[in-house]
Amino acid sequence: MMHRWKVPLRSARLRAALCLAMLLLPLLPVTAQQPTSAQMSESELERRTREVAAQLRCPVCQGNSIQDSPSELAQEMKGVVRDQLAAGRTPNEVKQYFIDKYGEWVLLEPTASGFNLLVYVLPVLMLLGGAFVIVRAVRKWTTAPPAADGTT
Amino acid sequence: MNWKRAASAALVSLPIIVLLAYSLTLDPKEIPSPLPGRSAPAFSLAVFAQGEGATRRAVGDTVRLADHQGEVVVLNFWASWCLACRDEHAILSDVAEAYAPRGAKFYGVLYNDAPANGVRWIREMGGQSYPSVNDPRTRTAIDFGLYGVPETFFIGRDGRVAYKHVGPVSAAVLTQKLDSLLAAGAPAPRGDSASKVTVPANRS
Repeated sequence: MMHRWKVPLRSARLRAALCLAMLLLPLLPVTAQQPTSAQMSESELERRTREVAAQLRCPVCQGNSIQDSPSELAQEMKGVVRDQLAAGRTPNEVKQYFIDKYGEWVLLEPTASGFNLLVYVLPVLMLLGGAFVIVRAVRKWTTAPPAADGTT
Repeated sequence: MNWKRAASAALVSLPIIVLLAYSLTLDPKEIPSPLPGRSAPAFSLAVFAQGEGATRRAVGDTVRLADHQGEVVVLNFWASWCLACRDEHAILSDVAEAYAPRGAKFYGVLYNDAPANGVRWIREMGGQSYPSVNDPRTRTAIDFGLYGVPETFFIGRDGRVAYKHVGPVSAAVLTQKLDSLLAAGAPAPRGDSASKVTVPANRS
């Protein structure tokens, strides 16, 4: 215990250096990581770019978004998305730009209006129709047996 | 009872069969472009291949759509790696030359390619009568809603895209479209208000 405090010169220097390092250490990551407003918007921009790009169809590959496609055109289109978002356009304005150029086809998910509504309504109608058929058939099977022999 | 069941089965299956049959007639690669009828996107691109004859432009010159108000402009997007572009090259070059005296302006727009490759390709193909411009980062191509090369856009005197041709273009299509565009609205751009007829100032 005692001789630990009898510090040789070397360890005293070491301790001082360590203290200094420990004092400075927290500062290092702060200066390195402290997100400046530009960096913040950079990652935010990247996130929003991905979000919009994932909704746009790649013109040279069937059924792929420009976010997922490695094709050069898709990459450039993603660049356009990023540029326009950086210029302050809203995601909807960016999507509208691509709709103006490529038609509504460019949206991976069709808008729920007009003829497109069929895509959303038809499956529900089919499901209801199927349920109706099943219910009617089951009801018939469970009630029919005595009468069935006579009629069919 | 039985005919009723058959009728309901037909009622359900017929629309599905008709829908599927109709979808067989469609080509998923054929997507209608919303561009025809709309005003052509403005562009400003640098010449990298000067072309020949009267329509030549110096390398490095900037070609702007705005400088061609009241003129018929044909934009052909192409690339040196594009095989179908070879098929239409001679036709485009010849038709452009033939229609140059009538005021039709042809420009090639290099798509996703290096200008050096474009220059080499033009030399290999035996020259090109009209100039070609470079489209860095394919911004103009995307502005025109391009899917691939070759694609050819016909821009009328009113500055609107009159027609878009996907794939190699034929001489018949070129001459037919050019004839109708050159004939249409030569004195006054059609569809637009009379106040816009001040354009000819730029036609020397």
